[in-house]
Amino acid sequence: MSYFLQLLVSGIVVGSIYALAALGFVLIYKASRVINFAHGHFIAIGAFTAYAVATSLGLSVWVAALLALGFTAIVGYFTERVFLKPLVGQPIISVIMVTIGLASVFGGLIHLTPYGSGNFSLPHFLPEGGVSFAGISVSYPQLLAVAFTGVFLAAFGWFFQRSTIGIAMRAVADDQMASMSLGVSVEKVFALAWAAAGLTAAAAGLIVGAISGLNLEGLVGIGLKVFPVVILGGLDSIPGAVVGGIIIGVLENLASGYLDAYIPGGGTGDVFPFFVLLLVLWFKPHGLFGTEEIERV
Amino acid sequence: MSTSSPSERKWLLRINNIEVVYQDIIQVLRGVSLNVPEGRITALLGPNGAGKTTTLRAISGLLVPEDGAVRDGTIVYQGKEVQNLPPEEIVKRGIVQVPEGRHVFKHLTVEENLRVGSITRRDAKVKEDLDRIYRYFPRLADLKRRLAGYTSGGEQQMLAIGRALLAAPKLLLLDEPSLGLAPLLVREIFDIVARINAEEGVTVLVVEQNAAIALAVSDYAYIMEQGKIVLEGEAEALKENPDVKEFYLGTAKAGGRKSFRDVKAYKRRKRFM
Repeated sequence: MSYFLQLLVSGIVVGSIYALAALGFVLIYKASRVINFAHGHFIAIGAFTAYAVATSLGLSVWVAALLALGFTAIVGYFTERVFLKPLVGQPIISVIMVTIGLASVFGGLIHLTPYGSGNFSLPHFLPEGGVSFAGISVSYPQLLAVAFTGVFLAAFGWFFQRSTIGIAMRAVADDQMASMSLGVSVEKVFALAWAAAGLTAAAAGLIVGAISGLNLEGLVGIGLKVFPVVILGGLDSIPGAVVGGIIIGVLENLASGYLDAYIPGGGTGDVFPFFVLLLVLWFKPHGLFGTEEIERV
Repeated sequence: MSTSSPSERKWLLRINNIEVVYQDIIQVLRGVSLNVPEGRITALLGPNGAGKTTTLRAISGLLVPEDGAVRDGTIVYQGKEVQNLPPEEIVKRGIVQVPEGRHVFKHLTVEENLRVGSITRRDAKVKEDLDRIYRYFPRLADLKRRLAGYTSGGEQQMLAIGRALLAAPKLLLLDEPSLGLAPLLVREIFDIVARINAEEGVTVLVVEQNAAIALAVSDYAYIMEQGKIVLEGEAEALKENPDVKEFYLGTAKAGGRKSFRDVKAYKRRKRFM
């Protein structure tokens, strides 16, 4: 039983990172209907920026983290301005090809830096140790990861439900022409969504860095894990990103905890989320919380 | 009803001989000129495809998403040229268009729809204006938390107008508010528009196919065909114009059916106007 609970708890921790990573993906999709295949690279850019600033400039990790959040937000903003803006109104397949291309370019650029291969670990900046309860142990970095994720998600939830700009962003997702007729700048909304996506991606990268190490493949891999998460939760739903992230995180941990022993070579944890993805697409193509078209009959 | 002649009026908007071209090649407006007097209701009538919606979009800047542009002529609003400005700039200056077919944000609640209307405003009176809009449209107040996609056609039209009013417009452009609504609802909506015009001093330019209702509430009207203004005048006068009666109001003398030759003569005459 305690083995199960331990898997469950670490699944929730991993899942909350997935939720945070998925949040940025959902923000972009919700505002502009663009599927961003370069999202994993935003996560990597955020994490390595913090690492580079902290190690080479010798600044405190907290300052480095703030700089990394800001820098990745700027990268997101300019990605939209430079590469996506000319494609507004073009077929979705062109836009997807551009984000796949961007992923390659970002990957190549990161390989030009010393961080392209190998493992790195952020200087320790969180208290060591953790808490144990009934045989389940959770480290402080893990607890903080969950707490940070909660704060980020609550902030974005508030932003979209209560602030006029957040409501306007949802309005753009709903009907671009009507939002323009009311003076909403659709261009600004898209750029804002990409900046916010960069920011949250960097946050996810930083939390991964605080819990485990940093390496390019691992961080980009989180960008791929986002797909089963958002398809389960619904591509355009923030609560969906949270619930989907946690479900995928837990399933992944349970699968590798219980099934790896029976499968030669293991690795079921990596496969299981995609298996879930297939099932979801089969029975509930809009996801658990995705927007279904409202049609008046 | 106004009795002053157009030349004595103060114009809020003057359109001088504009030409609108879509995708660099399709010319829709061919030298349209019309003036909107401040504080009044002006109607723009005409059949499908005449260019009425294009005229409104040229004013509000919403040609951009359709890949259209004003190629020639000027649109002067409050003494300044505004043709081809981005739509958000035009909204900030006080011109707001209510699009044809309502276009409410289906997945937002009624109140959220209204709040989007206030996006360009920085003043603190938004809450006050929200209450005022609920007074004009009490039905919206009852539906505050309902998703707009689940409201009726009439409620959506009220919401679309209310949402535009929250942007605090000086000039409200209405594109076919009667579209797809029952006659009683059309009457109700036009009555509210007339009240808003009278009480708030909002100038209205309304595009309509329902000429009877539009002429009933407006002071001045233009009739447009094939990208040109073919007739204009005081609404009262137009109501008595035999051509308007025949082709727009359907109230020509019963039994006095005209032959197709007369129809052709009318069309021919229009072409040279």
